[in-house]
Amino acid sequence: MFTELNSILSSSPDSVTPGEFILVSDRQSDASFLIHHFLSFYLRSRCKVVFLGLVQSFRHYSAVSQRLGVSLTQAKEKGQLVFMEGLKESLSVLIPQADNTESQAMNFLRDPPVGLRSLYEFVRSGAVGSGRAEDGAEEWGPPVLLVDDVSVLLSLGVDAGAVLDFSHYCRAAVCSQMKGNMVMLVRCNGEEEEEEDGEEGAEALLKGLTHQCSLNLHVQGLPTGYCKDIHGQVEVCWKRRQGDGPHTQRNLFQYKVHDKGASFFPRGTSSAVL
Amino acid sequence: MCNNIDVIISNMAAPVSGMGEAPAERLPINSTSFQKKTRSKLVSIPGTRPSVQNGQLLVSTGVTSLDYLLGGGLAVGTVLLIEEDRYDSYSRMILKYFLAEGVVCRHELFVATAQDNPDDILQELPAPILDDVAVPKAVEQPRLTGEPQDSLDAMKIAWRYQHLPKVQSALASSSRFGHYYDVSKTMEAEIRQAAKCHRFCLPDHVTPSSTAHRLESYSALLKSLQEVIHREGFDLAAPMSKSRNILRVGLHSLGSALWGDDLCCHDKPRHRHALTTFLYGLRALLRSSLSVAVVTLPSHLIQDRALMGSITRLCDNAIALESFKGSERETNPLYKDYHGLLYVRQVPHLNCLASQLPDHKDLAFKLKRKQFSIEPYKYLGAFGCEEARRRSKRKQL
Repeated sequence: MFTELNSILSSSPDSVTPGEFILVSDRQSDASFLIHHFLSFYLRSRCKVVFLGLVQSFRHYSAVSQRLGVSLTQAKEKGQLVFMEGLKESLSVLIPQADNTESQAMNFLRDPPVGLRSLYEFVRSGAVGSGRAEDGAEEWGPPVLLVDDVSVLLSLGVDAGAVLDFSHYCRAAVCSQMKGNMVMLVRCNGEEEEEEDGEEGAEALLKGLTHQCSLNLHVQGLPTGYCKDIHGQVEVCWKRRQGDGPHTQRNLFQYKVHDKGASFFPRGTSSAVL
Repeated sequence: MCNNIDVIISNMAAPVSGMGEAPAERLPINSTSFQKKTRSKLVSIPGTRPSVQNGQLLVSTGVTSLDYLLGGGLAVGTVLLIEEDRYDSYSRMILKYFLAEGVVCRHELFVATAQDNPDDILQELPAPILDDVAVPKAVEQPRLTGEPQDSLDAMKIAWRYQHLPKVQSALASSSRFGHYYDVSKTMEAEIRQAAKCHRFCLPDHVTPSSTAHRLESYSALLKSLQEVIHREGFDLAAPMSKSRNILRVGLHSLGSALWGDDLCCHDKPRHRHALTTFLYGLRALLRSSLSVAVVTLPSHLIQDRALMGSITRLCDNAIALESFKGSERETNPLYKDYHGLLYVRQVPHLNCLASQLPDHKDLAFKLKRKQFSIEPYKYLGAFGCEEARRRSKRKQL
C-alpha cells in the first residue's frame, strides 16, 4: 500500500471505515496502480477480500503484491482472499467443450443481455463465507469487494444499465448488509466534452457509478502534456453524508509510480521540479 | 508470464543426425564447465531473453528499434496491436519481420488471414542477413576424416577446428536476440520450410455468405488457436519434460469487413463486442501459454474512437503507423528523411507497477533495405535538414 495515499485519505489498516464504496476512475490514463494499493491495504487490515480480477492473470497481481509486501498465494490458502481469475474462467465459456465443468460466474459471456446475476451470486457467496468461524480457521474482518475493472464488461457486450444494477446489488449486499467496503475501477477513453453515441455506455457508467460512490479517485493525464517524471494527476473527491446533507470535498494531487509504490504530492511540488 | 516455471532447459542443440562418429568420442562442444549462476530457474528457449526490468521472458519482434520501444522486446504471453497505415504496406512489413524472426529462431508460427492465403504472407518473408544464420542443408555431412569438401571450406589458420561440425553456428544465431533482414530479397524456401507453420484461412472454416459468418468467424479462430496450443504443447500447464518452444501468432487485418465484422462499415455497428470479446479470449489464451501475438487492424476504417480505445486496452502493446504515401507530406521536404510517423499508443506494465514509458512521443520510421529504423522525429524548423546542418557547421566555425 502507498503510505502517502493513506495519509491523504486519512485511512490506516488498523481502522477501516465500514460501508464505503470507493470508485477509482481514469480518463485516457491507467489507474490500475490504485487497485494494487487497495488490495494490499485491505489484506493488511485483515478483511476478507473478494477480488474479481477480470483483466489480468493471477500471476500479475501476485507479482505486484509481492513488491508491496503482501503474498496473495498465502492469503488465498488461508481463506482470506477469494480470487476470481476472469481470463481463465472465460475460456471455458468462450470455447465450449463437451466435458468441461464451467464456473457459473462468467456465464454472461455466452449471452450478454441476460446480465450479471451469476457474477453477483459469486460475489455474495464469496463474501458471506467470512461470517462462519470454522474449526481452526481464522476469523477475518468485514468483506471487501474489489473489481478490476468494470469497463471490460462493456467490451464483452454487457449493457451499462446491467453493470450499474450489478454494482447497486453488490453495494447493498457488501456495504450495507455486511458492513464491508467496495472498490471498483472504471475506465473512460474520450474527452469529457465530446458527446458521441458510441461513448454512451462508458460515460453513462462512469456518471452512474460516481453518483453511487462515497469516495472517488479520478486519475487523468497532466493537462499540460506528457511528462516523464510526473505520470498524471489524481483528483480525490469525498462525498460526506453528514447531518447537513451531502457535502463534497475535492483535492488535487500529482503522482508518480515507482517500482515499489507511488508518491503523491501537491501540484507543482514534484521532486523533479523543485 | 513465464518466470514461475521451474525448468532448466539445456541450450544444447540436439545431435545432428548423420554424424559418423559416436558422441562419446567427440568433444562436447556445446557444454562447458562454466555454469552461469542464475537466481531463479529461467526457461532458456532459443530466441528469448529475460527482461532487465522485471525478468519477464521477451522475444524479438524482428525489428530491433521496435524492440527497444517496447522495453527490450515483446513479452511472451502478450499481444502487440499494430494500427495499419492506409495501404497496409508498413504494418504488413512489420508482421513479416515478426514471422521471419520466428523462422530464424526456430519458433512455431500460426498465421491467420480472412481472405488471402496465409502462404502469400509466408512467401514474402524477408531474407535474413546470412552471415550468422546457418542454412540447414540436409545433405551436408561434416567430413571427419579425409579431405575437406572443397578448398574454400578448408580452414587455413584454425585447421585444428576443421573437424568440428558446422551446426555450431546455428546455435549462435538462435541464441542471439534480434536479427537483421534484407527486404529486397525473400527468404529462401528451405529456411522457411524448416519452421513449423500453422495456417488459418477463414474461408476454409466458415462459408463467407452464411448468416453464421458474422458472429462465428472470431470464435472459429479462437477455437483453432486453442487447438494448436493444446496439441503442440504450448500450454503452460503441459508436462515439463518436453522441450519448450514459443508459438508466434500473426493475425492479419482483424476487424476488417472480411472477418464478417461491421465495425468498419457502420458508425454504430450492431455487434460491437464481437472483436473485443475475441481479444479478451486471445489474452486469456496467451496468458496461459508460451505464445505471443501480433495483430494488425485497419483502425483508419473504424469511426468509433471509443471502440478503438477499448480495443487498445484489451491489447498489451499498441502502436499506430501513419505513412506519408499518398499524402501531401510525401513531397514535403520536412519529412523527406522518413516514410511515416509511428505512435506508441500503449506500453504494458505486467508484473510490475510502473510501465517503461518511451522518452519521446514523436517518432518517425523509415524502411531501409537492411533495417526498419524508428527514431525520434527531429523537427528542424522551416529550413529542413540540409540547411540546419549547414547552419550548425557555420556556428562551429
